[in-house]
Amino acid sequence: MADKSDIGKVGKPVTIRIEAGKIREFAKSIKDQNPLYYNENVAKAEIGGVMPPPTFLMTLAHWDNGEGRPHVEMDLRRVLHGEQEFEYLKPIYAGDVLTAVTKVTDVFEKTGGRGGTMTFVVMDTEFTNQQGEKVAISRGVTIETGQVVAR
Amino acid sequence: MARKKLYFEDVKEGDELPSFTIENLTRTDFVKYAGSSGDFNPIHHDQTFAEVSGNPTVFAMGMMNAGVLSRLVSDYAGLENLRKYRVRFATRVWPGDSVTCRGKVTKKAVENGEKIIEGEIAALNQKGEVAIQGSFRAALPSRG
Repeated sequence: MADKSDIGKVGKPVTIRIEAGKIREFAKSIKDQNPLYYNENVAKAEIGGVMPPPTFLMTLAHWDNGEGRPHVEMDLRRVLHGEQEFEYLKPIYAGDVLTAVTKVTDVFEKTGGRGGTMTFVVMDTEFTNQQGEKVAISRGVTIETGQVVAR
Repeated sequence: MARKKLYFEDVKEGDELPSFTIENLTRTDFVKYAGSSGDFNPIHHDQTFAEVSGNPTVFAMGMMNAGVLSRLVSDYAGLENLRKYRVRFATRVWPGDSVTCRGKVTKKAVENGEKIIEGEIAALNQKGEVAIQGSFRAALPSRG
């Protein structure tokens, strides 16, 4: 079970290249027809280049072999993805190479309804571009419920 | 193909974002999102695994629904103006469900020289149940 001693744990840095083809595929899969994702000339003229959709950075979670995520003991049968938040600090464009570092920033408990005591684990992933600028923060809240949840 | 630009002066608190509905999400949609995101958790595409896990069938990834909902905000405020996007997962979305995305502006302010708007957003199924509740923050250009 996760506890306060997990706060501060850091995963290995993960490098990810932001690719226009992957952005296009992702935009299609969320049913977004915005030409900014499909037409490089339009994107260049309007916003300086092809930018990823707002939730695109979540693909990092499945990009590496899992080393990027700090190890926290959790029972996977009792785990839910509770919340996700993205902060955009500087523009990200196709062609950028981002380095992501994930850290456990908080662990706390709440007494819930049918699930008993729930443990919340908050992880922040900071993305830095090839110029060393911090461009985004992705913050995920994972909930470990008190009992196995009916899925 | 110039987009309609949203200026700070055009917005007032309480304004509604233009809503839209995605009809009839399919298992194929879930599989497409699995491919584009890398989320191959079998609970979202494998009927046998879904049943063994106590579900009637597969269901959509929360982040897929969050992606569908994100268009509400990027179409309205402009992708390049977005500063924050936040979602909380509530009800699951099943094959055959429709998802309606809607939201409204809750705050308009000038902070540290930036012209900021904030709003609440939600994705609801065809029964009106909230699948995702969220919020956003954007910095808008000025006509001035």
